[in-house]
Amino acid sequence: MTSSSTPFPADPFPRSTWPKVAGVLLAVYVIYACAQMEISWERIDVGLHNAAHFFSRLFPPNFARWELLVKGLQESLQIAVLASTLGIALALPIGLAAARNLMPAWVTWPARIVIVMARSFHPVIVAILFVKAVGFGALAGILALTVASIGFIGKLFTEAIEEISERQVEAVRATGAPFASMLWFGVLPQVFPRFIGFATYQLDSNLRNSTMVGIVGAGGIGGTLFAAFQRFDYDYVCAILLSIIALIMLGELLATAVRAIVIDNATLRDFFRRGGTSSRERHLEED
Amino acid sequence: MSAAGPSQGTRPPGGEHVIAARAMAAGPVWHRFTRGQRLARFVVYLAIVAAIVLSAQSVEIIPEFLADAPEQMADLFARMWPVDWSHYEGTVHSALMETIHIASLGTLLALIMALPVGVLAAHNLVPFTPVNLLAKLILVSSRSVNSLVWALLFVGIFGPGALAGTLAIAFRSIGFVGKLFGEALEEAQPGPVEALAAAGAPWMSRMTFGYWPQVRPAFWSIALFRWDINVRESAVLGLVGAGGIGMALDAALNLFQWDRVALILIAIVAIVILAEVVVTQVRKRVI
Repeated sequence: MTSSSTPFPADPFPRSTWPKVAGVLLAVYVIYACAQMEISWERIDVGLHNAAHFFSRLFPPNFARWELLVKGLQESLQIAVLASTLGIALALPIGLAAARNLMPAWVTWPARIVIVMARSFHPVIVAILFVKAVGFGALAGILALTVASIGFIGKLFTEAIEEISERQVEAVRATGAPFASMLWFGVLPQVFPRFIGFATYQLDSNLRNSTMVGIVGAGGIGGTLFAAFQRFDYDYVCAILLSIIALIMLGELLATAVRAIVIDNATLRDFFRRGGTSSRERHLEED
Repeated sequence: MSAAGPSQGTRPPGGEHVIAARAMAAGPVWHRFTRGQRLARFVVYLAIVAAIVLSAQSVEIIPEFLADAPEQMADLFARMWPVDWSHYEGTVHSALMETIHIASLGTLLALIMALPVGVLAAHNLVPFTPVNLLAKLILVSSRSVNSLVWALLFVGIFGPGALAGTLAIAFRSIGFVGKLFGEALEEAQPGPVEALAAAGAPWMSRMTFGYWPQVRPAFWSIALFRWDINVRESAVLGLVGAGGIGMALDAALNLFQWDRVALILIAIVAIVILAEVVVTQVRKRVI
């Protein structure tokens, strides 16, 4: 090695070869995958010409049938609220049962299996199954999003409980407190702020998904959106999309307000003055 | 409320008048929250209860459908069994591969597009607040549109197929990747960058040798996390015509071929678990 004997090596940051190999492999994969999926410049070119036409039909948005729009949005909101309520109510005992530091293995395993199963499908796919089971309408959407909420909150709640400090639990137990008091005074106060974080996040996520489950007939604005799209009624599609985005942003704002008030002890005035910043858990950025 | 539980034990014994008398004698009574905080909490709780009650009262649920649900569920599973394994060879396998290609190419495209936006959103790299806000606006609008909606738009532009799905995944992921990458950049230590600047290093070198080594683990972790989410998401995009296994699912559903639906659902679960295993292994070895 000549470079190590000189005080200033020619390249002070030598690069290993594997990034180059990985780059070449990646390029090969991209070409292969594009060929497999029949993606080519011609298609993109044709599409871009279409885009101008498409956007000209999208604008201006047509709010003429606003009654149908409001009805759909309302139903989405109902689905989101009820699914979050049911989901949180069911996820609490299941999440508690799945915590390894509180429960014996014969309790944690079934609870963990329930949580994994609830998480394995996208809510829209779960909605398909519930549409078959309970028919078209909001109930299928509520049940589908309840399942999704159980999976998400159950998992995070279990993790939060498993990370608590044992000291408070031991202190409560040392006074001879029964199991319920141990939970109420030793465990829950430690996980309460994080739980509020999960719950508001899930409400937000349910609101997003409740606007989509209608695509498979499970109620809410999604059905109206998809029907308008299939009829090439693009200016109405645009109106629906704008309303959905407004609803989701409103939901996000409300979730931020709840977190600021319940977790950070803000007053209403604090919240309006700061304009909605709050402690939000980064790893919750799932979809 | 559970969080308030342990700290309320400080109240002295005796009836209300005793407490009031002591308060007069020994100064004000200690309260956990100020009046403003209590008011804010009360508003939050009231709003939650009102939302649940209003939704439960007005949601349209048909009781006959609910009563019929167990029977329909039994019928569903009876029709799903036996699973039509023979169908896998032809359509399902290629659709599954297409789903993986959509997720991978979409993630790759998102990474390429999100890197500059993430850099523009980081205030310590680009100290111009209007530019930061513009970049954040791009990220927020990417995230607040559901991937199914992105898919609808791209199907409108490019026609049905995997191209629309890939672009939908990419555009949905920009916001996620860009936001997390921008936050990682903002948390980077200024020390190494200042040292490089003091040595006269140009902007590009400060980026590649000052910032990049600090955010590299975060970047790969975000990329893997998003790829995992995208595998799940791309499985449903086909329901609106954007390619992948969702198209096969949609076709089977429309023809009431429940044995094929069962096969496709099993395939989706398998691919989701596989993606999770891959991500866990790569994260363990590389990061």
